[in-house]
Amino acid sequence: MFYRETGQFKQSYAADQAVFPILQDRFGLAFILLIAFVAVPLFGNEFLLASVMVPFLILSLGAIGLNILVGYTGLLSLGSAAFMGVGAYSAYKLSTIFPGVNILVWILCSGFFAAGIGVLFGLPSLRIKGFYLAVATLAAQFFLQWCFVRISWLYNDNPSGAIEVPARKLFGLAITGPSATPVTRYLVVLVIVVVMTLLASNIVHGRIGRTWMAVRDMDIAAQLMGIRLLPAKLLAFAVSSFYCGVSGALMVFLWLGAAEPSAFDIKLSFLLLFMVIIGGLGSMIGSFFGAALIHILPIVIRMLPEALGLPIAAATVEHLTYLIVGALIIFFLIVEPHGLARLWQIAKQKLRVWPFPY
Amino acid sequence: MLYNIFIDPFVQMVQMPDLLVQTLWEGLVSGVLYALIALGFVLIFKASGVFNFAQGIMVVFSALTLVGFYEKFSAAGFSGHTAAFVALILTAGVMFVLAMLVERVVLRPLVNQPDIILFMATFGVTYVLIGFGEMVFGGDPKQMIASELFLPSGSVDVEMLGGLVSFQKIDIAAAVIASVMIVGLALFFQKTRIGRALRAVADSHKAALSVGISLNQIWVIVWFAAGLVALVTGIMWGARSDVSFALEIVALKALPVLVLGGLTSVPGAIVGGLIIGIGEKLGEFYWGPLLGGGIESWFAYAIALLFLLYRPQGLFGDKIIERI
Repeated sequence: MFYRETGQFKQSYAADQAVFPILQDRFGLAFILLIAFVAVPLFGNEFLLASVMVPFLILSLGAIGLNILVGYTGLLSLGSAAFMGVGAYSAYKLSTIFPGVNILVWILCSGFFAAGIGVLFGLPSLRIKGFYLAVATLAAQFFLQWCFVRISWLYNDNPSGAIEVPARKLFGLAITGPSATPVTRYLVVLVIVVVMTLLASNIVHGRIGRTWMAVRDMDIAAQLMGIRLLPAKLLAFAVSSFYCGVSGALMVFLWLGAAEPSAFDIKLSFLLLFMVIIGGLGSMIGSFFGAALIHILPIVIRMLPEALGLPIAAATVEHLTYLIVGALIIFFLIVEPHGLARLWQIAKQKLRVWPFPY
Repeated sequence: MLYNIFIDPFVQMVQMPDLLVQTLWEGLVSGVLYALIALGFVLIFKASGVFNFAQGIMVVFSALTLVGFYEKFSAAGFSGHTAAFVALILTAGVMFVLAMLVERVVLRPLVNQPDIILFMATFGVTYVLIGFGEMVFGGDPKQMIASELFLPSGSVDVEMLGGLVSFQKIDIAAAVIASVMIVGLALFFQKTRIGRALRAVADSHKAALSVGISLNQIWVIVWFAAGLVALVTGIMWGARSDVSFALEIVALKALPVLVLGGLTSVPGAIVGGLIIGIGEKLGEFYWGPLLGGGIESWFAYAIALLFLLYRPQGLFGDKIIERI
C-alpha cells in the first residue's frame, strides 16, 4: 500500500533500465541525500561528524569495493586492507612529490595504483578458488604490509615510520590537515562516496556486473557462455582495489590525519569482510548497512555504560564489546544468512502488500 | 646481486653445516607446531565442511584456561603436579562444553548454509572467545606450567659437523608428543567405530545421515577433538614462549600450511607444516638479510602461493572436479 509501483508506466527504454525505476525509491533516495547533505552538517556535532559519519562513509566505500569482489564476483579476499594501504601510500607520495596539484585528484588517482597492485595479486585467481584463494590474498596482505614498514621511500624516510597528511586547500578552504573542520571533511567525503557509489551501482547493473555475477554463480558455465574468465576476474580485482584504494586514501587524508603501517593490518581486512557479509553479499545498500552496524555498534556499546551510569571499567567494556559484537555476528547470521540487505527487501515487500499478508 | 641470491646462500650452507642443521631443526620444530594448529583445522573441515577460523583462538583459550585452573588449585593448597593434572582434565572438560555450545548455538541453526556464512560464524566465535578470555583471564601474558606437567626444560648440545648444535629439550618433547598424537588420531580414524563414522560424514553428509549416523553427535566429537588438539598445541607453544593473545597471529600462519597440504588431508597438514616451517626459517636465515629482514611475516604465504599455482587443491587435497 505504501510502496506500490502500480500505475508507474515506463515509456522509454531508458526509464525501464534506470537504477531506481520506482518513484518511491527516487523520493527516498532524494530524502536520504537531503538529510546527508543538509541536516547532518547543520545539526550534527563535531563528534558525530568526525568520529561517526566520516569513518562510516569511508568504511562503506571500502566495503563496496570488497563487495564487488566477494559479493558480485565470488572471489574471497582477505587482503582488502593492504589495497587500502596502497591507496593511502600512493596518495601520500603523489601529494608530496607534486604538492601543487589538487589533493582530490591525487586521492582519486591513488585508486589506479591500488587497482594495478590488485590486478597483480588477482592473477592467481584464475587457477585458485574458494578458501585457497583467500589464503593467496593473505600473501598480498602480509607482503604489502611488510613493504609499508621496510621501504622507507614510501613514507619519505620519516623517522616515525608513519605518513602524515600535508595541509591542502580546495577553493581556499582547508580540507586536509589539522585546520580542516569536520564539516568540510564530511562534505568532501560524502560527495566522493555518493558519486562513486552511483558509479559502482551502474557498473554492477550493466553488462560488466552481469558478467561478474555469471562468474560468481558458476565460472565454468560462464566460460561456456562466452565470458572470458581472466579479463572478467581481473577487472573485478581492478575495480574492487580501486574502490579500496580510494577509501584507504580518504581514510588517511580525511579521517585519521596520519597513519602507521599497522592501520592497514589484517584486522581491517576482517572488519571489511564482516561488513560485506553482515550487510549482504552482492548488495550496494548492504555495504552501507554492514558498515553502519560494524562501525557504529561498538561506539554505542562503549557509550552505553556511561549513559546508563553503570560503573564498569574501560578494559571490561572493551572485552564486553568484543563479546557482544561476536555474539551479534552469530545472531545476525542465524536470523538472516543473506544479510541486512535481505531484511530490507523483506521490509519493502511487507510495505508493498500491507495491510494484506501477501 | 644474482650471486647474492642464487649462489651465496648455498655456499654458506656448505661452509657451515652446523648452522644449517640448527636452522633446519628450528624450522622442523616450528613446522610441527604449525602442523598441530593446521591439524585442528583439518579435523573440523573434514567432518563439517566448516573452515574454522576460531582454531587459533581455541589454542590460546585452552592454554589460558589451563593456567587459570592451575593457579586456582595451587592457591587452594594442592601440590604442583596434582594441581596441574587436575587442571588439565578440567580444561579438557571446558573444551567439551565449548564443543557442545558451538554445535548447539552456531552449527545446528546454520546447517546447510553456504561455506562463507559458516566461515563468518566462526569469526563470531573467535570474537566471543577473545572477549570472554580477556575478561576472565586478563590480557597479560602468562607462564605455561611446563615443569608441573613433567615437560623437560633446558637444552642438549650435540657436537657435529664441526660445531655445536643445540636442541631444546622442550622442542624434542613437542616433536615426540606431536608424532604420538598424529599416530593416535590416525588409529582413531581408521580403527574405531566413531572414527569410521567421522570418515563417513566427511565423505557425504547425506549418505551418513541415511545410514543412521547422528551429524550433531559427530560434530560435537570433532569439535572436541579439535579442542584437545588445540590444548596440546597451546601447552607446547606456551612452554616455548608465553601464553598470550599474540598467539592468535601465529595461528594465521597455519593457513598457508593448510592450503599447502590440502584442506581435507591430515598427512597434508603435517607435510605442509614441515615444508612451511623449514622453508620459512631457511628463507629468513639465508635470504632474509638481502631483503632487509622480517620476511618471515609473508614468506610462508609466498611458498604456499607458489605450490598452489602448481596444484590448486594443495599437495594432498581431494582433486577438484568441476561439472556443469
